[in-house]
Amino acid sequence: MSRLARRMGAIVVAVAAVLLAVGTSMAAAIYPIDRARILAGSRFDFKVEFDGLLGADGARVTVNGVEAATAFGKPVRFVENEDGSGASSLVVNDVTIARPGTYVVTATAGAKTQSVTWDVYATGPRRAKNVILFIGDGLSGANRTAARILSKGIKEGKYYGALSFDDMPYMALVGTSGVDSIITDSANSMSAYTTGHKSSVNALGVYVSRAKDNLGHPKVETITELVKRRTGMAVGIVTDAEIEDATPAGMFAHTRRRADKDIIVEQLFLSKADVVMGGGSAYFLPRKTGGSKRKDDNNYVDLFQRVGYRLATTDAQMKAAAADPKTTQLLGLFHPDNMDGALDRHYLKKGTVAEFPEQPDLADMTRAALAVLARNPEGFVLMVEAGLIDKYNHPLDWERSVYDTIMLANAVQAAKDWAKGRDDTLIVVTPDHTHGVSIVGTIDDARPGTEMRDKVGVYAEAGFPNYPPADKEGYPPSVDVSRRLAMFYGNFPDYYETYRPKLDGPFVPSVQNESKQYVASGRYKDVPGAMLRTGNLPHTADTGTHTADDALLTAMGPGAEQFHGFIENVEVFRILVDALGLSPAPAVTAAPAPGSAEAARPRVAATP
Amino acid sequence: MKARYATFAWRRVALLRLAALPIAATLCRLAAADDASRLSFAEMYAARGVLGLELAAKAKALAGSRVEILGYMAPPLKPEVPFFVLTRAPVALCPFCNSDADWPSDIVVVYPRSSERWTQDGLPVVVAGTLELGSKIDPQTGFVSLVRVVGAQVRALR
Repeated sequence: MSRLARRMGAIVVAVAAVLLAVGTSMAAAIYPIDRARILAGSRFDFKVEFDGLLGADGARVTVNGVEAATAFGKPVRFVENEDGSGASSLVVNDVTIARPGTYVVTATAGAKTQSVTWDVYATGPRRAKNVILFIGDGLSGANRTAARILSKGIKEGKYYGALSFDDMPYMALVGTSGVDSIITDSANSMSAYTTGHKSSVNALGVYVSRAKDNLGHPKVETITELVKRRTGMAVGIVTDAEIEDATPAGMFAHTRRRADKDIIVEQLFLSKADVVMGGGSAYFLPRKTGGSKRKDDNNYVDLFQRVGYRLATTDAQMKAAAADPKTTQLLGLFHPDNMDGALDRHYLKKGTVAEFPEQPDLADMTRAALAVLARNPEGFVLMVEAGLIDKYNHPLDWERSVYDTIMLANAVQAAKDWAKGRDDTLIVVTPDHTHGVSIVGTIDDARPGTEMRDKVGVYAEAGFPNYPPADKEGYPPSVDVSRRLAMFYGNFPDYYETYRPKLDGPFVPSVQNESKQYVASGRYKDVPGAMLRTGNLPHTADTGTHTADDALLTAMGPGAEQFHGFIENVEVFRILVDALGLSPAPAVTAAPAPGSAEAARPRVAATP
Repeated sequence: MKARYATFAWRRVALLRLAALPIAATLCRLAAADDASRLSFAEMYAARGVLGLELAAKAKALAGSRVEILGYMAPPLKPEVPFFVLTRAPVALCPFCNSDADWPSDIVVVYPRSSERWTQDGLPVVVAGTLELGSKIDPQTGFVSLVRVVGAQVRALR
């Protein structure tokens, strides 16, 4: 065969392949996804993924019948063979749709089409000057109940008091599931609150597409970016976990993998959040510094200070910085890793408290953040996370999770005290997801029986626990009592149930064996009365896991009345931005500019 | 001598678990292997603060020498990775398997001798090898370490 003939043969095969691909391709995915509710004027990346290779003219994408490029007023980028996946994509970055209404996006390749429908909404006028969003990470129903029992006391079936977030006038059940799964993690659940878009496990501020680069997925705008782009408001991000951990990162970050913590610190710096406080300093230090977890030489402790942030690494420094009227930007880093919880810091002195004795309490961090943020006359958005509730629910350490729930109540009380007498601050307290934990009775050492399970009292035998009355901070000074709560987790790896608080340090229920399976940690085997519980989770599960149970949200202040009944987690974002009036509906309908997204609208019967 | 060492160590570790004795105390009672100097996690750093770890004089003086360190073998990163992470206390989570987890700051990265085989994760082990200090990125994994033991012999304490 001559060279020419071989080449011609190759061309014929190639053309046939393209035609075949065009004939069978369809859109595998469109982002934002079907039924997305999008804040008018908020930014997002638009992406259509086809399931085969297309030519540049092989696909047509319309928005309400108008070509996507025209509708969005931006050129469409055609990616012929995305990441070598053998499939084509269409991308438009940084899209905004100013006009509220229904938008139908249709992708056509060959004879096949796929459509998604978006609801673009406006907000009302601004009603809240400030928003304070408290996240009780993994805060479950039993955490609340146990915190109320331990902190307030109960007699003859009635509590002696309520937690600070119990008596808020508005309440809702929140659905926490994500795009990929009924079970969420703290990354995509927080993203739902801060972007109004559902995402997938481990993802922050993006829709998880087939892109191989963690940073290459379609982005959605976070509340921090919105507030900084459209207003002069301040933003505060406060946690007792690492500041680059999923929940605080949800305020500003865009990555498919929450484990990209070094990158998340860079994104935090670029976010221009005004108050940044938590643990996790190891990701701020250049790699040459001992204890650094960075892979580069960037020193973010220096960089933050160079652009004007005041640095605090202890409780006293934080309080001094907050008291100084000149402080308007504050970086508080109090631990290289997660901070220690309330039970260890205030009472047991375990964990890493001996090494880091000057860690502040979340309630004081909240007060300090409010003092600094209130210096901005335009108002602020503050997120405060009690992150360790989740960090202790995971290893089945309920006492520590409950002490941190009491700490969350103290932090919320600090915010309520600050907002008292002013009707301009929306306060929301919500879990991001739940754990499978319940109170089933009490464990009474005086009950008969040789096995610890026989010490568990249920129904009438449960009676009431005998924790000492709470101190002025709201905590019982001792958690090691003779008649204590029987609080068990329903989803767990193999572990030794000791029926007692872990006074020697946070519980580590399981360890991995040589077959990569998690087995009960032998450390607790010899605790008197310890009983092996064979796990009901896969052998790959190292701790207890999140559940799909509804989260219980409470709220007060302007806009809070919109919280009622069952809501999707993305509605929390809508209610926050509505209270802040971040995209008020125009009073007069102006003619849409040619080539803008508005120009697409007259083609369909959009409902404003 | 080796057999005696192993038996002695096992008994000590059993004690460690029951009485929660600090590792350093246990290590003091162990005979040092060959010419290796004993170094404990507690002796590694002069100060551990929010803004970094400072290596202790003893650790600095032993750089380049053979040392013996008692710690816990963390779950391995990946089967093919040529090192493992030694921690001060048992680490239940595998940070590479679980994005929610993270390593403690004061870890030691151990590169065992190529022929060396090691056993169960999460168990106390004694590693003996050459101490290397200073920031280094593992070329294969990008893993950053400050303290390493290279060419290490690894003995499981059970």
